[in-house]
Amino acid sequence: MKLLVCISKAPDTTSKISFTENNTKFNEAGVQYIINPYDEWYALVRALELKETLGGTVTTITVGKADNEPTIRKALAIGADDAVRIDAEASDALAVAKQIADYVKNNSYDIIFCGKETIDYNGSQVGGMIAELLDLSYVSLASKLEVNGNTATLERDIQGGKEVVETNIPFVVSCAKGMAEARIPNMRGIMAARTKPLQVLPGSEAPKLTEIVAYSLLPEKAGCKFIDAENPGELFQLLHNEAKVI
Amino acid sequence: MSVLVYTEPHNEKISKNAIEAASYASKLATLLGTTATALVCGEAGDAETLGQVGISKILQVTSGSISQFDTQKLSKAVQEAVQKEKATVIVFSHDFSGKAIAPRVAAKLGAGLVAGAVSLPDTSSGFIVKKAVFSGKAFAHVSVTSEVKVISLLPNSFSVEKTGGTASIESFSPETGKAGVTVKEIRKESAKLSLTEADLVVSAGRGMKGPENWGNIEELATLMGAATACSRPVADIGWRPHHEHVGQTGLAIRPNLYIAVGISGAIQHLAGVNGSKVIVVINTDAEAPFFKAADYGIVGDAFQVLPKLIEAYKQFKASNN
Repeated sequence: MKLLVCISKAPDTTSKISFTENNTKFNEAGVQYIINPYDEWYALVRALELKETLGGTVTTITVGKADNEPTIRKALAIGADDAVRIDAEASDALAVAKQIADYVKNNSYDIIFCGKETIDYNGSQVGGMIAELLDLSYVSLASKLEVNGNTATLERDIQGGKEVVETNIPFVVSCAKGMAEARIPNMRGIMAARTKPLQVLPGSEAPKLTEIVAYSLLPEKAGCKFIDAENPGELFQLLHNEAKVI
Repeated sequence: MSVLVYTEPHNEKISKNAIEAASYASKLATLLGTTATALVCGEAGDAETLGQVGISKILQVTSGSISQFDTQKLSKAVQEAVQKEKATVIVFSHDFSGKAIAPRVAAKLGAGLVAGAVSLPDTSSGFIVKKAVFSGKAFAHVSVTSEVKVISLLPNSFSVEKTGGTASIESFSPETGKAGVTVKEIRKESAKLSLTEADLVVSAGRGMKGPENWGNIEELATLMGAATACSRPVADIGWRPHHEHVGQTGLAIRPNLYIAVGISGAIQHLAGVNGSKVIVVINTDAEAPFFKAADYGIVGDAFQVLPKLIEAYKQFKASNN
């Protein structure tokens, strides 16, 4: 099977979030970038598991500049066979999806994996857009994926439960918790990753329909009001009269 | 020109998320000097509630056209409704269905998409929509330049306003083609209340020391009409079901009230709950990081505090009825 995993970088979960240039740019000073956790733990690892049982190859694809290469090398260390980087600015979800869809049109794949969202922009957009641009089936927020011949059975999260669905290869899937368990690259993987192929391709023409013009931070909490543990009933009066939530 | 909102009934009822999206669409229509139409994909016994929040027309998709969830078919239905209504803005809820369909619709229409919007656009110069980013730690103000625009609204971020209107209902049979995805089975979780739609949530973590100690958590939640949730470690070791796990890797929720018992408040947990309007933290450790994100706090042993809280809630309820 030919499996393609879309990988993007994201600031480490514990990064301090701040902005510069009059709140128009994310402040990258001191920020450690990681593979977006949903792309890594769920999408990439599930693709590797399928390759191990069914055979085939796992390729990662990233849209972005050269500063993505450390995270791409980490994906190779975890076990991807090769990587593609489309050398274009990842400015807008549709632009990213178009770059990936254009690549797939010239290099067919059986399953295209995405994480359920990135932990920085939280859009959950790219997978559905790739599917539309390629006119493929899309299963969003999947927590299970099994392949049997030409058919795949998936479980996806829905309001108040799960849905079990079936679709034919090829298709696009976005991966959520449950798909797989995180893997830690071993020394052999890290050594091998240095020489695995990383192909850099020029970007194609892509529209830019949205642009972030400013950022703002979540308003600070006024501070925590403490209630006596011996007499906690006061809490409900405060929630009723002051916070007005009950 | 018009605004179109996508809705999909749950158990033949218009969902809370759909009402919020419809109210948002109707306010946006007023802002743009036009009207709002709701596309209702599925049977709903209470479609008139959409009129009450300002929707002027309902396109009721006839049964049979779309019998099950398939994003290819549904996005074609939305596209046909967009053409029919000459819609320039399409609104979704940023919930499970919206996340699945909105990106397809945006790609199909060549429209800019703002996913996870938290307020109406600023149209004073251009079209700028505020959305949550960095797992709830910040907002981005996104300018959309395409002629047709798609917005998905973050649940529980927009106050519904009842306008008291009525909507005309038109039946709608879009040409949707073949489904690529077949639904085999739907498994409902046993939880009485859907965690992502609950206004009140009582959550607990490792501080409870064992699964046998959840009785008080469940009693308080039942009394308050709240859903129950838990932290990641508790779901991972099997004390609680995975569908209760809130946080970075689990569900992100935005209830009006989030009560966290015996959860220290790691950054990954906060990422899933920091959109809650009011946070109450109960923890034995006064230095627990969660208190920094809390509105109200109780430093104390959950095993002693919870029975007192349950009694106090009963009294509060009795005196407020």
